[in-house]
Amino acid sequence: MLKQKLKFGIIKKVVGPVIFAESMENITMYEMVKVGLDKIIGEVIRIEGDNAVIQVYEDTTGVSPGEPVEPTGSLLSVELGPGLLNQIFDGIQRPLTVLEKDSGFFIKRGVYPDSLPRNKKWHFIPIKKVGDEVVAGDILGYVKESPLLERHAIMVPPQIKNGQISYIVEEGDYTIDETIAKIDCGSNNVVEVNMVTKWPIRKPRPIKRRVSTYLPLITGQRIIDALFPIAKGGTAAIPGGFGTGKTVMQHQLAQWADANVIVYIGCGERGNEMAEVLERFPELKDPCSGLPLINRTILIANVSNMPIAAREASIYTGMTIAEYYRDMGYDVALMADSTSRWAEALREISGRLEEMPGEEGYPAYLSSRIAEFYERAGRCEVLGSDERYGSISVIGAVSPPGADFSEPVTQSTLRVVKVFWALDTSLAQRRHFPAINWLTSYSLYKNDLDLWFAKYFPNWSSLTKEFMQILQEEEELIEIVRLVGPDALSEFQKLVLEYARKIREDYLMQHAYSPADSYCALKKNYYMMCLLSYFYNESKKLVDRGIQVSKINSLPSVQELSRMKFVSNEEFETFYLNLLERLKKDLSSLVEGVKS
Amino acid sequence: MTAKTIIAREFKTVNGISGPLLFVQGTRNVAYGEYVEIIAQDGSVRHGQVLETSFEMAVVQVFEGTGGLSREHTIVRFTGEPLRFSVSTDVIGRMFNGSGKVIDGGPPIIPKEKLDVNGSPINPKSRAYPTDFIQTGISAIDGMNTLSRGQKLPLFSGNGLPHNEIAAQIARQAKVRKTEEKFLLIFAALGITVDEARFFINSFEESGALSRSVLFINLAQDPAIERILTPRLALTTAEYLAFEEDYHVLVIITDMTNYCEALREISAAREEVPGRRGYPGYMYTDLASIYERTGRVLGKLGSITQMPILTMPNDDITHPIPDLTGYITEGQIIVDRALHRRGIYPPIDVLPSLSRLMKEAIGQNKTRDDHRELSDQLYYMYAEGRSLRELVAVVGEEALTERDHMYLRAADRFEREFVSQGRYEERSIEQTLDIGWDILSSFPESELKRISLNTIQKYHPAKRSKVS
Repeated sequence: MLKQKLKFGIIKKVVGPVIFAESMENITMYEMVKVGLDKIIGEVIRIEGDNAVIQVYEDTTGVSPGEPVEPTGSLLSVELGPGLLNQIFDGIQRPLTVLEKDSGFFIKRGVYPDSLPRNKKWHFIPIKKVGDEVVAGDILGYVKESPLLERHAIMVPPQIKNGQISYIVEEGDYTIDETIAKIDCGSNNVVEVNMVTKWPIRKPRPIKRRVSTYLPLITGQRIIDALFPIAKGGTAAIPGGFGTGKTVMQHQLAQWADANVIVYIGCGERGNEMAEVLERFPELKDPCSGLPLINRTILIANVSNMPIAAREASIYTGMTIAEYYRDMGYDVALMADSTSRWAEALREISGRLEEMPGEEGYPAYLSSRIAEFYERAGRCEVLGSDERYGSISVIGAVSPPGADFSEPVTQSTLRVVKVFWALDTSLAQRRHFPAINWLTSYSLYKNDLDLWFAKYFPNWSSLTKEFMQILQEEEELIEIVRLVGPDALSEFQKLVLEYARKIREDYLMQHAYSPADSYCALKKNYYMMCLLSYFYNESKKLVDRGIQVSKINSLPSVQELSRMKFVSNEEFETFYLNLLERLKKDLSSLVEGVKS
Repeated sequence: MTAKTIIAREFKTVNGISGPLLFVQGTRNVAYGEYVEIIAQDGSVRHGQVLETSFEMAVVQVFEGTGGLSREHTIVRFTGEPLRFSVSTDVIGRMFNGSGKVIDGGPPIIPKEKLDVNGSPINPKSRAYPTDFIQTGISAIDGMNTLSRGQKLPLFSGNGLPHNEIAAQIARQAKVRKTEEKFLLIFAALGITVDEARFFINSFEESGALSRSVLFINLAQDPAIERILTPRLALTTAEYLAFEEDYHVLVIITDMTNYCEALREISAAREEVPGRRGYPGYMYTDLASIYERTGRVLGKLGSITQMPILTMPNDDITHPIPDLTGYITEGQIIVDRALHRRGIYPPIDVLPSLSRLMKEAIGQNKTRDDHRELSDQLYYMYAEGRSLRELVAVVGEEALTERDHMYLRAADRFEREFVSQGRYEERSIEQTLDIGWDILSSFPESELKRISLNTIQKYHPAKRSKVS
């Protein structure tokens, strides 16, 4: 791809993060360039004759017309290889830990350390041998990257269609730059393979084919797993005004989602939030293995006061890394917080280019960009001669101005995603978290995934339907109460209201910072639904016999329902059996009271 | 501009003047963001910054405005440097105007460093998460929306509400308990009236805070475009004092609404495509470049806590200014007109208020171990009481149950006893929490669902009196 002769261009005009340059012959679209005397990195985003428009990934203060622009001959790319996990990068994959060492706690300009450590040796275990025929995506061997990802696959790069291994190293320790295999692709073309590859961020990595999604991404969040589940390989949007808990939600999902790898993109959000993730994730333990969660996490942090063009790129940087792990056959979950900030970066660049604006100043291509991004999610059969499947689930936060969901970013997102978790300001103000509005949210995976749940919990689907129905009824009854007062309700309707209140407060509300409640295992989730449903269906019979709801409600075992969420996952089964027994007893004691 | 030689160049080629902008022709090699001096016909010097530069032309924003400038007689001097501000510990106790000139009649500052006013983003990896509780002595904040060191927590207010009194009270009372650390106040006034400025200065003087504060004053009569600069000067000073001199700095900026107006004015003069309500599409990023200059850094003793004040136009929280601010800051304190009308001071509506960093700043060894549960329960109680109030307005009191009445009474008490307090009343966190318990003690224990049985046992007034 490298050009024979790289000709320097000249800066003509500087407007914020956008630079106009002339005499840029032979430049390609999205080519990476080095701008000015400081050689800061930019990317060509428009070509007009010999002139090019460049978006620059760093602050352009001090750059002046007349300075050179140096083409690099390659597209803006990320480095892929062992060493990504447990790292924090900025939007163009600069490792922030290294930047800190090099230039202190303020980010300095024009510093470009290697994305992956060059001197670190990785223990490579080959699984192929000389003479083996391989195709793109075939696994040559494994590297233990972190305690939570023991098998980082070193694959035949997608550029090699097929070939024969003419050389492969023994098991041993190698740096990522050392050649670990040579592949003879015929006609005297032998390709040397090492453990690091580059891939342009705007180009999806190739796959064999897409397959359907039928496995749930278990999140440990009751309202999500039960009412609005997301599939592995699915897409979800979390829109919500400020203070509705988007970020806490994203953190919860990054912590507890049962994916192999988490890519968390802090895109134009707060610096302290990234500091929180960095501080907490090394302490938090994976519920299955008990190892720190940071070991499966990759952070991309381009906070709100870091350069805006790098914010635009951060989304693609994260996605490309996610695709790399998917290609190994892993389930990856990608969180982007917040896609609105990314869209605003698009808007700002577009404004500087003086493009014709679409809705609310956003460029006309906003919705196609959003769709392209979410289309890179999915479950697929990946490249390679063995049959491997990997998935990327994408969860994007959206920050609609004034919490108004009719704005372009929310609407364009909702057109492509399958799950909608609508965060509600009024719930958040009542400190009902997660503030997911149960009446407006939806999941298009629900029916498919219910089949999976039915295998383990036979009446899962009917329980969740009952919950939804009651919550809907509650909404209607509240309307009546608003108009004519609570006296107008029948005793049975009062029971529905009570049940709905219990579902809301004792089940849907979940405390992210309570150790027992932060992660709710499916089993606990199921038992909680069973207990509540039992309470309701038995109480219905009692109300039929003329017993007042307030009387049922004052029973000690019924009162205890409100504290069940704080019982830990491990102890819940015993607790469940015990409480169920007592509920039975207490409720039947009321019946006897009526009889006598 | 590391490797470049700094050469100042003068041009007399002003081609156009529009609003706060000068268009200078034939300016080769002018750098983006460069600091500019503009010499008017009468010899007076104004200053500005390059917003756009090309072979043919540079666009310069003039902080003092362009009134009185002409095409023929204006000299534009490009300094070859970004705009810098001279700082040293000498700035403490001093007063500057909105563009950094000393206005207290004292001697000029002997600089230790000259810093680029635009600063640089803090590496997220280097940040230390804020966890130190700041006691403001105001129950609605300490008890319900706790402030911590290194947090940016704005006051969202409206015209005619006592946000200045609240800010002054916080400035007077704010402290981290059990420490004797170097504390400083930086106050940036953007387009406020002479009276308001006087109120703040008097209040700082009264409490003795003036000698440990730095003031940047841009009044309503001062140039509007200067307001773009003022907060940046204040924060540059704050960064120096916090990260080089180990001070704990509280920055109060009022009124950010005036800042945004200035931003809009420049954007309109540049004929940019406007975003919502005429504000520029990059306002979020621009505001972030102010608000994000807050926090703590690993390995440094000092910290910057920011409390911007903004008046919501027409009390509308969905207006772009509060909306974008809320998306950047770590919560917000809402000053409410209805509470103010009912004579409650401070009229802080705790329901829509929020402190995102509260969870880490409270609890055992910080405030008290019952804090989280107590504030959750108070929230629930108050939210319930408020929604019942609305119900009463429709169906009358008769329709309510005894439980409903209990909540209504408690919500009233919460406003009158917990939220309400004197302008000079400084409550310790224990006092604040005890008032909360006092109100909750009117409920049967079964209603206190958000408090664990252990905590009830330990702190419930009824239980405690039995023990003692």
